[in-house]
Amino acid sequence: MQTTAHPVAAAAPKPAVKCEVKDLRFYYKQYEALKGIGLPLYDKRVTAFIGPSGCGKSTLLRVLNRIYELYPDQRATGEVLVDGHNILDPGQDLNLLRAKIGMVFQKPTPFPMSIYDNVAFGIRLYQRLRSRELDERVEEALQRAALWNEVKDKLRQSGLSLSGGQQQRLCIARAIAVKPEILLLDEPASALDPISTQRIEELIAELKSDYCIVIVTHNMQQAARSSDYTAFMYLGALVEFDETETIFTHPGQKQTEDYITGRFG
Amino acid sequence: MISMGRYARRRVANRLWLAASMAATALGLIFLFLVLYALLRNGIPAISGTLFTTSTPPPGSAGGLANAIYGSLIMTIVATLVGTPVGMLTGTFLSEFGKGSVLASVVRFVNDILLSAPSIIIGLFVYQIVVVPMGHFSAWAGSAALALIVIPVVVRTTENMLELVPHGLREAAAALGTPQWRVIVQVIYRAAMQGILTGVMLAVARIAGETAPLLFTALNNQFWSANMNAPIANLPVVIFQFALSPYDDWRTLAWGGAMLITFTILILNVLARMLAGWSSRTP
Repeated sequence: MQTTAHPVAAAAPKPAVKCEVKDLRFYYKQYEALKGIGLPLYDKRVTAFIGPSGCGKSTLLRVLNRIYELYPDQRATGEVLVDGHNILDPGQDLNLLRAKIGMVFQKPTPFPMSIYDNVAFGIRLYQRLRSRELDERVEEALQRAALWNEVKDKLRQSGLSLSGGQQQRLCIARAIAVKPEILLLDEPASALDPISTQRIEELIAELKSDYCIVIVTHNMQQAARSSDYTAFMYLGALVEFDETETIFTHPGQKQTEDYITGRFG
Repeated sequence: MISMGRYARRRVANRLWLAASMAATALGLIFLFLVLYALLRNGIPAISGTLFTTSTPPPGSAGGLANAIYGSLIMTIVATLVGTPVGMLTGTFLSEFGKGSVLASVVRFVNDILLSAPSIIIGLFVYQIVVVPMGHFSAWAGSAALALIVIPVVVRTTENMLELVPHGLREAAAALGTPQWRVIVQVIYRAAMQGILTGVMLAVARIAGETAPLLFTALNNQFWSANMNAPIANLPVVIFQFALSPYDDWRTLAWGGAMLITFTILILNVLARMLAGWSSRTP
């Protein structure tokens, strides 16, 4: 085991498993998009899903909060154990699940309401707070999303008035305001310019201390920079899962090496 | 090599098409302006304080259109208040809940038929199911007929506007653990509100001038009446009656009423377009 190259992952003791995916299969109508995926997601760590377009990495992410259930012809089989409890169980309450597992999408999706109401939206769903407390929660979320200083004087303005990068941080603030345990990021920076991307990556590093974070990305440097574990997927199958350090320096599979060195994909 | 002959021919063809479409546009506009001119020329003399304060007179004496204006206004308001929620909820069902179901396609089909049904049929229908059982014409029956015209318009616009709301917004709201009804009421409606309001205004503009369905339902009333259970005066039917009469003062009042309706509809249409313009500018 390498001990010097990756101090964060190496120095810390083996982290706790927050979520365990077992033999997960996913179907769009008859088409099998995930062919028996199994991997752990560690608490207080960032796991990146990489792979060429259409490999199923976003699909896998969308199973973790069962957002795919908005569409009637999509279904999943297998197990996804969050804290030992199978969330694919038909008895699972979807709204409670999604309150526990936050998600940020590729395109910023601010709601057509004020910046304040955007962040307060999720809090108001599950808690009835006094306005002072709500103010504090909104400020805290915006602080953590590194957006507070830019919007503190215009909280009543529409969320749509912000720039793309600010909108995406607003969406992150909205997601963490409800204090989820797992945060799913679906290519959160792919629609943003390099400076906004850097801010998002810094933010991920910040948030890692509290959440189990999963990020889907097309950008290999981003995966290498911001994740502790990496899963390489290809054609709906998991090719390799390991510490990011290992994946990017000594990949076990030829396919992984070809992909990360840019020979295909 | 560019063939100059072909190029020249194309330029001529282009000019001809342009000229033809401009002529067609001009033809349409000319008649529109002729109508507006006739309305203004004959309608303005009817405009006075008494037009709005006194009720329709017997032939040969002075009077106004107050009872007809009130009747039209109240029936339009009731019809809109009844038709808008029904239409919005149906449109919501079509776009958010029934998507792809057999029931939704049946409802959509029936709604399209209702949308293009001649309004006199609507009038006859309400006559049969409201006026006949009640035994008399009434403002309620008139409102019901107008509401039946509002509903399909609002259903259609609501469905179309909700479908324009990007799917990402629904996913983002659902991903926070939002129950579906709150996703719809608090996020999707908000995103589509201006478009839906535009549809409601167009529906109001449409019923404000409807005559046929009122002939069988609200009928008319030469006196002031605010009783919803009795026949009520209304602008379209008063215009119909007065314009065909041999009395000059009645015909003047008919012109005044026609001008009033036309410009109200014109203003509603302009407002609807402005609303639509605003909504298309916000992403």
